[in-house]
Amino acid sequence: MPWFSKKPRIARAEANGKQQPSRMEGLWAKCESCDEIIYRPELEKNWNICPACGHHAPWPARTRLANLLDSGSFLENDTRLEPLDPLGFADAKRYRDRLRTTRKSLGEADAFIGGLGKIDGRTVSVGCFVFEFMGGSMGSVVGEKVARVFERAWEQKCPAIIFSASGGARMQEGIFSLMQMAKTSAALARFREVRKPYVSVMLHPTTGGVAASFAWLGDVIIAEPKALIGFAGPRVIEQTIRQKLPPGFQRAEFLVEHGMIDSIIHRKELRQKLSQVLGLLA
Amino acid sequence: MAGMSYALDFERPLLELEKKIEELKTLSHTGAMDFGAEISKLEKKAARLQQEIFSELTRWQVVQLSRHPSRPYFLDYLGHLFTDFFELAGDRHFAEDASIVGGFARFEGLPVMVIGHQKGRGTKENMLRNFGMPRPEGYRKARRLMELAERFGKPILTFVDTPGAYPGIGAEERGQAEAIAVNLEVMCRLKVPIISTVIGEGGSGGALAIGVGNRILMLENSIYSVISPEACSSILYRDPTRAERAAESLKLTAKDLLGIKIIDELVPEPPGGAHRDPARATAHLGKALKRHLSELRAMSPEQLVQHRYLRFRALGSFAGR
Ligand SMILES: [Zn+2]
Repeated sequence: MPWFSKKPRIARAEANGKQQPSRMEGLWAKCESCDEIIYRPELEKNWNICPACGHHAPWPARTRLANLLDSGSFLENDTRLEPLDPLGFADAKRYRDRLRTTRKSLGEADAFIGGLGKIDGRTVSVGCFVFEFMGGSMGSVVGEKVARVFERAWEQKCPAIIFSASGGARMQEGIFSLMQMAKTSAALARFREVRKPYVSVMLHPTTGGVAASFAWLGDVIIAEPKALIGFAGPRVIEQTIRQKLPPGFQRAEFLVEHGMIDSIIHRKELRQKLSQVLGLLA
Repeated sequence: MAGMSYALDFERPLLELEKKIEELKTLSHTGAMDFGAEISKLEKKAARLQQEIFSELTRWQVVQLSRHPSRPYFLDYLGHLFTDFFELAGDRHFAEDASIVGGFARFEGLPVMVIGHQKGRGTKENMLRNFGMPRPEGYRKARRLMELAERFGKPILTFVDTPGAYPGIGAEERGQAEAIAVNLEVMCRLKVPIISTVIGEGGSGGALAIGVGNRILMLENSIYSVISPEACSSILYRDPTRAERAAESLKLTAKDLLGIKIIDELVPEPPGGAHRDPARATAHLGKALKRHLSELRAMSPEQLVQHRYLRFRALGSFAGR
């Protein structure tokens, strides 16, 4: 799924509340799934889950980490890594400029946050995609940070948890972005030596090169309800086979049915379930 | 090989000239007239024209050459560089996928595992080979074969030539992304030498899934890219006809990738491309493979794994530490 197909409405809701264009839009949100109009502070208090239908709307990475890890336990690493423009890539905008404006509006250096935290007192090496940053696309910085999540887990001999939400490779970095699939897999392969669990949590959406590398290599693979997960995006598949896709195709529920992931877990239950898995395996 | 039945636009002037030379030669042979002087003049002209066309190809022209229907495919190289091929089929779970071919064979007398994407020639074979676009079964077969090779301590030589992994309903249902992901990790820890050569199209994750080698080689007119120029241009410019511009931006040729140290060697092709002289292209490839394989065979299993780890761990371009 390409990152720009995301509706701007959602991007605004996700921009840490910094860019709310009007008071009306700022205070009220419409559920994507049931069209219910929700008072935004109410939605945020409910972890961006629609109170009417239970739809899991996107949830900012930092809020997610703060709520799922022990209070105040998260220490971010690799904050000095910054993306470059190795190919001098330009489409409608120069990649360099696109990076600059995105960084400014989101206050994030790139599409991934990694560090150490705790769940019920147990240290975990953890990372989370920032989907609003160019669709969570994986370039060199994202790949490096993911690899370092596994390396810190390897050094600390602790579990690793990664929350993925990504449209796949960042094509503006060309072959470098493709090679991040191999790089992250190499780091993960080495982490397996310490025999600690790696839990992959797939959020909406997880596709392309992220799905086809570390995200699908979890010892345990969890998804949020209705998350879109797959290799090719639905549009590409429809163009290739020239037919409409069945409803629910590539959704988390579909993947469980086909034996491709372990479990779908409600956002409110995730912390407790993660703790349970770590307790059983770590 | 299909011969010269198909010609790219920029090849055509040269092919027409060569056809004329052939005709004059035939006439000379029949003894009707002597065209010796004319022929040698035209041959000089052809050599000049070849130099002109092929010395400064645009990236888009290289893309076209990499997909040339007359270009040697994996099985063509297999037939000439290897002996004793014993094909192994099926993923043992669901199906046989003929878009990836693999098996044991001998290279310079040495038993090895060979695995490659295979495109088809003509409609019937392209249906069988799915235009070189594997489904999960293809990747799972490749994984099975690679693990088999490791069990018997045999080096693995892979040959990449695919537009990409197939985007279809069944492929998604059966875990296309999972199949690719598992191959990446498995290849990272195999304790035998792995050499991957891009011989045509290196299409994204579907290529990388058999491409995690201690060495990555590319034939001169092959490409390796995170996305096809066509798909890139329809996403970025909302216009698939600007693929030419996308190809320039993506920097996807062997020359580009050698320059940024993604690949280890560019294997030269005969003037005009591998399809103009497959025997010579094969000879160049054989020589390169032999050299890299003998270097890698000097390494211990642990060294090989460590080497591959460091090779891929280092890839990326960013600021800060
Ligand atoms: Zn709702």
